[in-house]
Amino acid sequence: MSAVNDIAIITRRQLLLLTRVPEVLIFSTIQPVMFVLLFRYVFGGSINTGQPGGYVQLLMPGIFVQTVAFTLAGTASGLAEDMKKGLIDRFRSLPISQSALVIGRTLGDSLLNIVVLAVMGIAGYVVGWRPSAGLGNVALGFLFLLLFGYALSWVGVLVGLSASDARVVQNVSFIVTFPLTFLSNAFAPTTGMPRALQYFAEWNPVSTMVAACRELFGLENQFGATAGSFPSEHPLTTSLIYMVVIMVIFIPLSLRKYRNYAD
Amino acid sequence: MKSVIAENLVKTYDKGRVRALDDLSLDVEEGTVLSVLGPNGAGKTTTVRILSTLMRPDSGNAQVAGIDVIKNPEKVREVIGLSGQYAAVDEILTGYDNLVMFGELYHLGKKQSVLRANELLERFSLTEAAKRPIKTYSGGMRRRLDLAASLIVKPKVLFLDEPTTGLDPRGRQEMWGVIQELVKGGVTLLLTTQYLEEADQLADEIAVIDTGKVIARGTSDALKKQVGGERLEVVVEQTHVAKTIEIVAAVSGNKAALDEGLRLISAPVSTGSAALFEVLKALDSAGIHALDVGLKRPSLDDVFLSLTGHAAEEKKVEVAEKKRGRK
Ligand SMILES: Nc1ncnc2c1ncn2[C@@H]1O[C@H](COP(=O)(O)OP(=O)(O)OP(=O)(O)O)[C@@H](O)[C@H]1O
Ligand SMILES: [Mg+2]
Repeated sequence: MSAVNDIAIITRRQLLLLTRVPEVLIFSTIQPVMFVLLFRYVFGGSINTGQPGGYVQLLMPGIFVQTVAFTLAGTASGLAEDMKKGLIDRFRSLPISQSALVIGRTLGDSLLNIVVLAVMGIAGYVVGWRPSAGLGNVALGFLFLLLFGYALSWVGVLVGLSASDARVVQNVSFIVTFPLTFLSNAFAPTTGMPRALQYFAEWNPVSTMVAACRELFGLENQFGATAGSFPSEHPLTTSLIYMVVIMVIFIPLSLRKYRNYAD
Repeated sequence: MKSVIAENLVKTYDKGRVRALDDLSLDVEEGTVLSVLGPNGAGKTTTVRILSTLMRPDSGNAQVAGIDVIKNPEKVREVIGLSGQYAAVDEILTGYDNLVMFGELYHLGKKQSVLRANELLERFSLTEAAKRPIKTYSGGMRRRLDLAASLIVKPKVLFLDEPTTGLDPRGRQEMWGVIQELVKGGVTLLLTTQYLEEADQLADEIAVIDTGKVIARGTSDALKKQVGGERLEVVVEQTHVAKTIEIVAAVSGNKAALDEGLRLISAPVSTGSAALFEVLKALDSAGIHALDVGLKRPSLDDVFLSLTGHAAEEKKVEVAEKKRGRK
């Protein structure tokens, strides 16, 4: 299969880029580790979780999800860079599978996520994170995180190919991702939010992902006004539906955008 | 046989507000070099992008190596090489990495890709810089690497979009040498340029385009003829100007023009050096000592001016500003 071969080459290029500019890898891991430390020690003391093991148990799934959510920005700005350099034109003029470049990029970004999640997991462990679930469920949680990152990476492809400028891409991705990650249960229970926000937060895919991971890592989820709603009762199923929906919509849209992006 | 055929290409941008190509047609005979010559914004890049399958025209047809560009872009990609206006190589990777990666994407396999990469690096004098990231390369090196990347599999038809824009005179000379080598190897080449001299140097045929249309085409010589043949030019002291105008007009059989600042009298002639000889004799017997006498063949600048009514350079500023405004 030459398409598979093409995708593998593009993915490898991405890893090669990481070894050539190790700063990228360093900063993509330092930032989340910093978040772990900041939240753990700044809010950890004042948020009463009512959970054994303290705030860090709730925090880690939140930070994991936030971090993979930023794959959107990473993919988007990476593609925008390639476009700016005219590199996409070269790829598109080669006799290769036309979707290889974008598929390879999304896969490469997921590989980066593996590294980042591993480093964060270790950092979390150091500051007291101890998932109480079995190894199988914890692994499943990480698989979920990777899949979520992968799905969002396709949203990033569309953003990256649509924007006219790499800096715009950064801004757009952050404007999309920040409210989503904070209007959620990721860092604090939603029970303190105004009612309307609580509903938004419960349905927010970031929240359902965080809830799903907490469940997989062996924690009990707490709900406010929305207790009993479908996403609160079934965070795993809801998250899975979200991911499938995102991919079903954004993969074809992104691929079409890529094929026609010059027209 | 024609290797490249473009028929009535139309391409608009901004929902029809910008008409980049306006019924453009051209063709390139197999094994020859066509230079598409035009000022900024004439539609050169748009033409190249359509022919190299990066973009579809709004209407019109195009074939490359006998393959329909619009219906069969995958097949076209197998036989073309493209080096776009801005070097399209990965800045962060080294020159070697880039070429190996592209070789593998051409399905050469790892071993062949490495061989080919080294071969091309050698040929384009980049061996020393092979293991450095492209971002440390000079403009000329970058351009050469970009060209190398488009030659990994020997293309039947090569498209070069302004291959020397932005290079210093030495870089330009080097690039010309490289291109001339390629042409000797038998590739069909479509090359765009803003430099009249470059088209003159490299091309078998020139297509002059302006605002999305071909406004003239032919060999460099034919184009120059179209503008009018040679001009006889004489420079004299101020006191002799009036008399010289008479003499030049008499020799030429046409009205003579005067550039007052330069005291340069000129007129079109068709008899070449005979006219030169005649005018020298006439000046001599009138006791006029000419400061400078010569036959001037029209430059491509003259060609452009007479074809478009504006100089090739004139429009540059205006369009460049327009572009900046858009961004
Ligand atoms: N993406 C675009 N959107 C809108 N207008 C465009 C776009 N690309 C090109 N144009 C316009 O189309 C016209 C032709 O552009 P093109 O890039 O083909 O010219 P060119 O001859 O390559 O110019 P240059 O010498 O500056 O490279 C110009 O007026 C340009 O401003
Ligand atoms: Mg151009």
